[in-house]
Amino acid sequence: MKVSTILATKGNKLVTIAPEQPIHEAVALLDQYNIGALIVLDEAGTLAGILSERDIVRQLNKQDNLLPQPVKNVMTAKVITCLPQDDLMSVANVMTERRFRHMPVMEEGKLLGMISIGDVLKAQRDSYKGQIDTLETQILATE
Amino acid sequence: MSDVGSETNPLRVAIVGAGPAGFYTAERLFKEKNSHITVDMYDRLPTPFGLVRNGVAPDHQKIKSVTKVFDRLANKPQFRFFGNVELGTDITVEDLRQHYHQIVYTTGAQTDRSLDIPGIDLKNSHPATEFVAWYNGHPDFRDYEFDLSQESVAVIGIGNVAVDVARILCRTREELMETDIADYALEQLSQSNVKEVYMLGRRGPAQAAFTPPEAKELGELKGADTIVLPEEAELDPLSQASLADADRGTMRNIEIIKELSERELTGKPKQLTIRFLVSPTELIGNDAGEVVAMKLVKNELYQTESGTMRPRPTENFEEIPVGLVFRSIGYRGVPIPDVPFHERWGVILNEKGRVLNAVSNEPVLGEYTAGWIKRGPSGVIGTNKPDAAETAECMLADLAAGKVLSPAHPELDAATKLVQEKKPNYVSYEDWLKLNELETAAGEAQGRPRIKFTKVVDMLAALGKQ
Repeated sequence: MKVSTILATKGNKLVTIAPEQPIHEAVALLDQYNIGALIVLDEAGTLAGILSERDIVRQLNKQDNLLPQPVKNVMTAKVITCLPQDDLMSVANVMTERRFRHMPVMEEGKLLGMISIGDVLKAQRDSYKGQIDTLETQILATE
Repeated sequence: MSDVGSETNPLRVAIVGAGPAGFYTAERLFKEKNSHITVDMYDRLPTPFGLVRNGVAPDHQKIKSVTKVFDRLANKPQFRFFGNVELGTDITVEDLRQHYHQIVYTTGAQTDRSLDIPGIDLKNSHPATEFVAWYNGHPDFRDYEFDLSQESVAVIGIGNVAVDVARILCRTREELMETDIADYALEQLSQSNVKEVYMLGRRGPAQAAFTPPEAKELGELKGADTIVLPEEAELDPLSQASLADADRGTMRNIEIIKELSERELTGKPKQLTIRFLVSPTELIGNDAGEVVAMKLVKNELYQTESGTMRPRPTENFEEIPVGLVFRSIGYRGVPIPDVPFHERWGVILNEKGRVLNAVSNEPVLGEYTAGWIKRGPSGVIGTNKPDAAETAECMLADLAAGKVLSPAHPELDAATKLVQEKKPNYVSYEDWLKLNELETAAGEAQGRPRIKFTKVVDMLAALGKQ
């Protein structure tokens, strides 16, 4: 299964934020869309980083006046991305081993979407469910 | 509060497309105990089951047994089938909006993705999906012509469509006689000149998408020796390292491929060569514009930062003589008139099965999608079950929230009248069961699972319709 299978049922909406926007606006977006991370895009629309709830929580524990600060102070700038035709299984391994939960999907410098570990687990679960169902149907048919 | 879903005002659902995704959507809806739901399923063909009938290989009858599950659903009083009715020509989306509270598009993926290399449109180069539809007796494809007088055929791709096409090309008449392959295809394939079939994979044995039973089957063909080049069965260091995370299917594939590479030729009339780590870069034609050869580049693998092994062309090229080419790099969905489409993924624009407005990205009231036209071509038949359940659950949630269409004519009879008016010779499920009986009876006489009707006029004539 490919990353594109996940993006296909996620519409076109991509929740992004600019590096200069304050953290409290980011928090509002995370709440509004019920998501765990935001893509940070600079003025030119290129990927500047990713801001996850984990990034925010970590900094909250370290500094007192976090919410008015700009996103760029907290975001993870070095982002691992994937391609739409990447294998879901490999992406799942990388996410699990390197312990992060969101991955932007890029192609030729263009941002196409973002997938979360929840999306990947759901796709894998449904894939296994489907295989089991198909095998069961065949076994029952031969009985 | 609306009473849609009550006994007197049942939720009326139109499902467009009678393939697995359509049936699984109906199945999930019928499980809902608190609401009364009736389903009318439409298909542009007189026959139901979509790719189970017209895509699944004819020598894989066991896979087709899933139709028994669909038969049981179709038997329910809340279910009706209107076959031979095409959305966009016979009826419109607006017609459906006037007669149903909810509409689900499960039209699947029907065409092949294109492959952008020089010569790809030469004569005798075809999308593999067209060949599949042809040998399965799909009425739209039965009159297509494939030049089986050629001796050497290349199948580009190594996914399950490619594997099916390569296998069918190698089957003997005796083997095909046990299947429900279309009669004309049985004759033409039995008399074909094909001696060499190449299946071309871009990546290596550790990344092959086929399943171990499919791989094994390729090594058990009665009329063809199966060849894997020993140097291509060997794993490169990166693939070797990736085996730590590999599943059992991958490990078994690697074993089977290794075993095939160690075999001696036994002198069978045909040869099937499975190639790895090669990509076609050009089809070469003669003066008549027919394919005569294919240029291939040898690939090497590299690992992306997200862990995927991807092919990268090297400087090593080779040329193989081929007179017929099937490209099988995946199915792609076809847009439906008046329904938002996502060109990049070749699917209806949707979120979890709710169709989205292309401008606002907000859900379109009362419209949904499931199956390959929702997520793209992936998985096995059963994968459509959780996929369709996700869509059906969105439908039920919207019903609970009162977010359904307000059709002017939600009565069962009104929909019947609509179809009778627009397409008098529509085919009901009882009609289909008659066709099914005729097909299986004709097959039984020849010791075959069935002999398919492949022309719509013949189907209608057999039913006494014009």
